[in-house]
Amino acid sequence: MTAHHTSQQSDGAQLRLADDSDAAAAEEAAEVGQARFEELIAADSRVEPRDWMPDPYRKTLVRQVSQHAHSEIIGMQPEGNWITRAPSLKRKAILMAKVQDEAGHGLYLYSAAETLGTSRDEMLDQLYTGRAKYSSIFNYPARTWADVGAIGWLVDGAAITNQVPLCRASYGPYGRAMVRVCKEESFHQRQGWEILYSLSHGTDAQHRMAQEAVDRFYGPALQMFGPPDSDSPNSNQSMAWNIKRFSNDELRQRFVDMIVPQADALGLTLPDPHLTWNEERGHYDFGDLDWDEFFSVLKGNGPLSRQRLEHYRNARDDGAWVREAATAYARRGQQDQSALLGA
Amino acid sequence: MTSIDAADSSSWPLWEVFIRSSRGLSHVHAGSLHAPDATMALRNARDLYTRRNEGTSVWVVPAAAIMASDPDSKGGFFESPQGKSYRHATYYTQSEGVKHL
Repeated sequence: MTAHHTSQQSDGAQLRLADDSDAAAAEEAAEVGQARFEELIAADSRVEPRDWMPDPYRKTLVRQVSQHAHSEIIGMQPEGNWITRAPSLKRKAILMAKVQDEAGHGLYLYSAAETLGTSRDEMLDQLYTGRAKYSSIFNYPARTWADVGAIGWLVDGAAITNQVPLCRASYGPYGRAMVRVCKEESFHQRQGWEILYSLSHGTDAQHRMAQEAVDRFYGPALQMFGPPDSDSPNSNQSMAWNIKRFSNDELRQRFVDMIVPQADALGLTLPDPHLTWNEERGHYDFGDLDWDEFFSVLKGNGPLSRQRLEHYRNARDDGAWVREAATAYARRGQQDQSALLGA
Repeated sequence: MTSIDAADSSSWPLWEVFIRSSRGLSHVHAGSLHAPDATMALRNARDLYTRRNEGTSVWVVPAAAIMASDPDSKGGFFESPQGKSYRHATYYTQSEGVKHL
C-alpha cells in the first residue's frame, strides 16, 4: 500500500519535472530536505553525508573541519622540531608517536570534510596557498624542551576540552572522527604534564624552565577557545545547529577550573594575578586576555606564521616525487593486470 | 601561488577501511583514506587506523565499489518490518512467569 503510494509520488515528481522546470523540482526537494534536516536537529539526531542539508551548514562545517585538520597538520611542527633533541630515547619514541597521531588526526578530519563534497586536494591547496586558517597557537615557537611539556599539558588540554563536546556534533562523520581523536589525545596531555612534572621536581634551573614554559603558553592556550562570546558572531548559529555545544567562554572557564589544581600538583604557578576562586560562582575568576595579540596572530603576524607555512610547502614539494612514483607504480600494476586478463 | 603538482594525490582513489578488532568479531567500518593502489591502501590503513592494536585484520574496499541505499527514500526502502512486532520475542506475553521460555 505504502509502496504503491511512493511510486505514485515519484511518478508525479517525474511528470512535474517534464512539465515545469528542473528548478521547481529542486525547490520542492529543498523544502522536503529542509523539513527533514530541522527534524533531525530538533531530535538531536545526526546528519549523514547523503542527507540534504542547508548550504550555510555545509559551508560552516567544511570551514571548521578543514581548519581543524590544518591545525593538526601544522601542529606537527612545533614538537616535530624537538624529536632529534628529545632528552632520552624513551622521550623521543613518545614524541614521535604523538606527532604521528597529529598526522593521523589531520587525515581523519580531512576524510570527514571530504564527505561534504570538498576534495582533500582542494583543502590542502588552500593551506598551501595561505588562504586557509589554522589554530593560531601553532605560530608560537617551542623554545625549550619544557615548551614541549607545556604544549602537551596546556595546548592539548585546551584542545581536548574543546573537542570532547564535538564528539556529539550533529554532523555524523565529524563526530565520529572526534571520538577517535579524543581517545588518542588524552595520552598527549598526560605525557606533557609528566614532562613538566619531571622538570618541576628537578634542579632549580629545570624548575625555572618549566615555569617559564607555562608562563609562555598559558595565555595563548586560553585563547584557543576563540574570542569572547560577545565577539564571536558565528557561535550562536553553530550552537543552534548542534555543531558546537558550549560557548567559547563556557569552555574556557571549564578549562581554567581544570588546570588550576593540575598546576598545583605540578608545583608551578599560572601567570595570572587575577586568578582567584569565586565561591559564589563556584568557578575561578581570571584576568582579561590579550585579544589584540590574538587577532594579530590570527591575521598571520604570529612569531612563526611565515615559517610554518613555508615549512609545510617545502615538505609538500620535497615529497612530490614519492607521490608521483606511487602513482606511476599503481598505473603499471593496473596495466600488468589488464595484460594478464587479456584486456 | 598556484596549486600543487599535477601528479598529486588527486588521482588517488578513496578507500573505505574495515577493521576486525579481535577474532570472533565482524569487520567494522573505521574510516577512509586515499591511496594509489590496494597494497598501499592496506599499509596506510594499518598506520592510520591500528596504531594502538585496534585490529587483527583489515579490509580496504574502493569507495566507488560500494552501492548504498538512497537516504531520500523516506524510509520506504526499510518499511517492510514496520508494524511487524511479532518478529520480536517481546511480542509474546502469555508465557510470562513460565521458565526457560
